[in-house]
Amino acid sequence: MVQGFLDFISDPANWSGAEGIGNRILQHLAYTFLSLAIAALIALPIGLLIGHTRRGAFLAINTGNAARALPTLGLLTLIVLLIGIGRVPVIIALVVLGIPPIMASTYAGVSGVDRATIDAARGMGMTGREILTKVEIPIALPLIISGLRSATLQIVSTATVAAYVALGGLGRYVIDGLSLRDFPQMLTGAVLVAVLAILLDLVFALAARYAVSAGLTGRLRRNTDTKTSTAPAPAGVQ
Amino acid sequence: MRWVDDNSLLIWEQLREHLYLALIPMVLGLLISVPLGYVATRYSWLANPLVALGGVLYSLPSIALFIVLPALIGTKVLSAANIIIALTIYAVSLLIRNVIDGLRSVPEEVLQAAVSVGYGTLRRVMTIDLPIAVPVIFAGLRVVTVANISMVSVGAIIGIGGLGELFTLGFQQDFLTPIVVGVVLSLALALLADVALVGLQRVLTPWARVNTPKEA
Repeated sequence: MVQGFLDFISDPANWSGAEGIGNRILQHLAYTFLSLAIAALIALPIGLLIGHTRRGAFLAINTGNAARALPTLGLLTLIVLLIGIGRVPVIIALVVLGIPPIMASTYAGVSGVDRATIDAARGMGMTGREILTKVEIPIALPLIISGLRSATLQIVSTATVAAYVALGGLGRYVIDGLSLRDFPQMLTGAVLVAVLAILLDLVFALAARYAVSAGLTGRLRRNTDTKTSTAPAPAGVQ
Repeated sequence: MRWVDDNSLLIWEQLREHLYLALIPMVLGLLISVPLGYVATRYSWLANPLVALGGVLYSLPSIALFIVLPALIGTKVLSAANIIIALTIYAVSLLIRNVIDGLRSVPEEVLQAAVSVGYGTLRRVMTIDLPIAVPVIFAGLRVVTVANISMVSVGAIIGIGGLGELFTLGFQQDFLTPIVVGVVLSLALALLADVALVGLQRVLTPWARVNTPKEA
């Protein structure tokens, strides 16, 4: 079984061409980033608005929780049957899955900013917009990035499942391999998707480390007497 | 609605399968992560690597894990064991962090008080540490349970997916009803399980109701 997988993945013929591994990886990344970008364009402003005004928190928290319960395969098949087979319905489904984690953590990050900090900013004469862009967003950045990170993982994972409703990308190996009872091919798709997910997760972990203001993490400070953790809270605790 | 009447037996069968595919991993995950988390609080150098490993495992797409497992541990490709083991892995990798954080949240003076009135290690862990850690552990358990219930459906692609099989059935027949039924039942199951866990947490932490009724 594993030998067959090694044979499959080391055969140069399987890497080139439209159905080759190289192209499948690019397709997978393209779907992922397109869906993530659209989801972020929708979810970030809403999350920022709810967090800044502290109105509608109910919406942000509950869509986040409800989305976790939504079966991705059900959503995919439902949207595809309603709209028709093609890339657009699948991208819509991926966007729908990407929105809640981004919105919920953006809201949590912005609304979690200490009131005293905001009062101090206002006392210095900052306008609402300045408070948002210069105080709230930088402080909320670790959580915002953590939301983008969960959304990415959700999308990468679901994009694989989406091969079932005729999408390209790495999921094709899984679905085609399954119908041909070609286990090495399935294993190739599964391993590549797993590696891709881990690499993307790593990229976000690094981004979180370096995108966050050094004033908050104490990264560049010599005496780290006041440490602020950039690690996200454990699951369910926010 | 006609379809629901005609297929109520099938729907029940898938609902039962769904429930057991989701709940067994939840229970197994708890049984594994609590002792593991306890060991990690005793030998604190273990905690960070374990949490990091959990993070990596949790980032693996479920469909990938369902397929890689047979190659790693030799189960049959189309066996329910793969789903159960994969979901258990997710449960442990998420819960381990909550268990460690929960056990660490027990105040040192409480532990010392327990030891000084003569509690042995096992009795202290069972009656002092774990109950105090319940809120943090349950926060994770609720996430795991809801996520597991939605993830079981993905297994339908490899033929074992509880309600997920209603999705593949509806998709193959170009027929919306089974998909809608499956989505609604899956959401209802997640909601019920969540409510049940909140109730269980209230029973396990009676003091929380007295002190901070809003937190319960």
